[in-house]
Amino acid sequence: MPIAPNKASSNAFSAGNGGAVGIAIEDLSKRFGSSEVLKNVSFSVQPGEIFVLMGPSGSGKSVLLKHIVGLELPTSGRVTLDGFDAAAEETRKQVRMALVFQAGALFNSMSVYDNLALYPREHRMANEVGIRDKVMRALQILSLENAVQKFPAELSGGMKKRVAIARALVMEPQLMLYDEPTSELDPVMSATISEIIATLREQYHVTTMVVSHDRDLALNIADRVGILMAGKLVSLGPPSDLRHPADPRVADFLNPKIDLKNPRFKHLES
Amino acid sequence: MNQFTRILEGIGSSVLLFGRSVAYLPTLPRQFGRFIEQCYLIGYTTLPIVAILSFFIGSVLALQAGYSMENFGGKQFIGSLVGLSMARELGPMMAAILLAGRVGSAIAAELASMKVYQEVDALITMNIPPPRMLVMPRLAAVVVMMPVLAIIADLVGWFGGAIICSATDSIAIDPPSYFSTMRMFLKFKDVLNGLIKAEIFGLTVVLVCCNIGLNTRGGPREIGAAVTRAVVVSLILILVLDYFVTKLLTWM
Repeated sequence: MPIAPNKASSNAFSAGNGGAVGIAIEDLSKRFGSSEVLKNVSFSVQPGEIFVLMGPSGSGKSVLLKHIVGLELPTSGRVTLDGFDAAAEETRKQVRMALVFQAGALFNSMSVYDNLALYPREHRMANEVGIRDKVMRALQILSLENAVQKFPAELSGGMKKRVAIARALVMEPQLMLYDEPTSELDPVMSATISEIIATLREQYHVTTMVVSHDRDLALNIADRVGILMAGKLVSLGPPSDLRHPADPRVADFLNPKIDLKNPRFKHLES
Repeated sequence: MNQFTRILEGIGSSVLLFGRSVAYLPTLPRQFGRFIEQCYLIGYTTLPIVAILSFFIGSVLALQAGYSMENFGGKQFIGSLVGLSMARELGPMMAAILLAGRVGSAIAAELASMKVYQEVDALITMNIPPPRMLVMPRLAAVVVMMPVLAIIADLVGWFGGAIICSATDSIAIDPPSYFSTMRMFLKFKDVLNGLIKAEIFGLTVVLVCCNIGLNTRGGPREIGAAVTRAVVVSLILILVLDYFVTKLLTWM
């Protein structure tokens, strides 16, 4: 699979030591009680790639993402980041990864500035002046300068997502993970977020994995798209493959027709 | 059986959380701001209610002792009774119960909502262990503030008893004789005993409330349930531990 190699820039947020990392998912299965959420999923994400994972709600996308950051442990199989086991606590010291949560997961008791400054302060990345520069630059990139003293409760949905992305950016990550970055946003804001994700990859050469069911995002910015259905990876390839999918389930998912004469929920009932 | 395993699980995870938090004690100088903030919340904001309650506990003790000792002419020993009861038992106990109700519930609510709204997950992905940032400063603060609260509870209780003794006609013991009998029977060991108890109760309350908060799963309803559980478990533990700690301290 040819992936255009991006030149790593020497910018403030480019992944410092190590550069972009690759993800390898091998035979990953996850059970919660009696329900099997992921079934022998295997694929890999190349360093510097934008990989979009799509699938209907409840297909296990977010659970898979949580395995990559080590918030969930696999029932069987494994996830490695540049060879480091994602389930091990030590990996978070070796690989800087940032997860942009679906709801933002901003710290509600802190201002936007403190939300962004927490990571560099805790990890002593710079002195207060250096941290201020870093935070302000991240806010500038996402056009959030006016929100610096606001609290998360005072922000709109789109702003929360952008603050969450800015907070991830301040971490100088080698791996950026986005969980439904465009859900609950209006079409223009969704397009803006997609542009931001693509631009950040271009500028800072981070490996990017996006979990989404936003078709436009996948078709426009992804290098490769995987489709997860009921815990199984049913399709994997460049976005051009999705224009004429062979699998009827994938075709229906990507291009659902509203058929009032033969509605889907009738099938569900029977 | 299910309930039994849940209790064991709670004990296990609390002990584990305690160990992990104590391991981050060397980061305390870097988190001095957080530590001071917690001292303020645990100590300063709890102080008025501890003082008010202890005053009335001391007063009631004096009243009841006056009534029951009148029959066998032991009224002059009220001072020692109030002194010993407050120092060994009621001072630390009241401070701990108020800590559970006022601070423990707030800790459980805050951590549970952080857990439910994925803020704790965000901390983990940022390689900021929650025991380091959320638990250790609170444990350190309670260790420092709990003896202060217990001593103030003792003092206010003693003075409450003294005031009631001199103001109640049926008792009519003036403060000098009240305090002189107290001095006769109350040893430093008794106060120390109470302070050790206060430390144990305080640590237990904060640890249990942090643990219950951090193990919350679900939505807003579970946050409420976590707060209730945190307070109930804290109160039960205070009373159960009280028996065993008293036994241990009198035996030592």
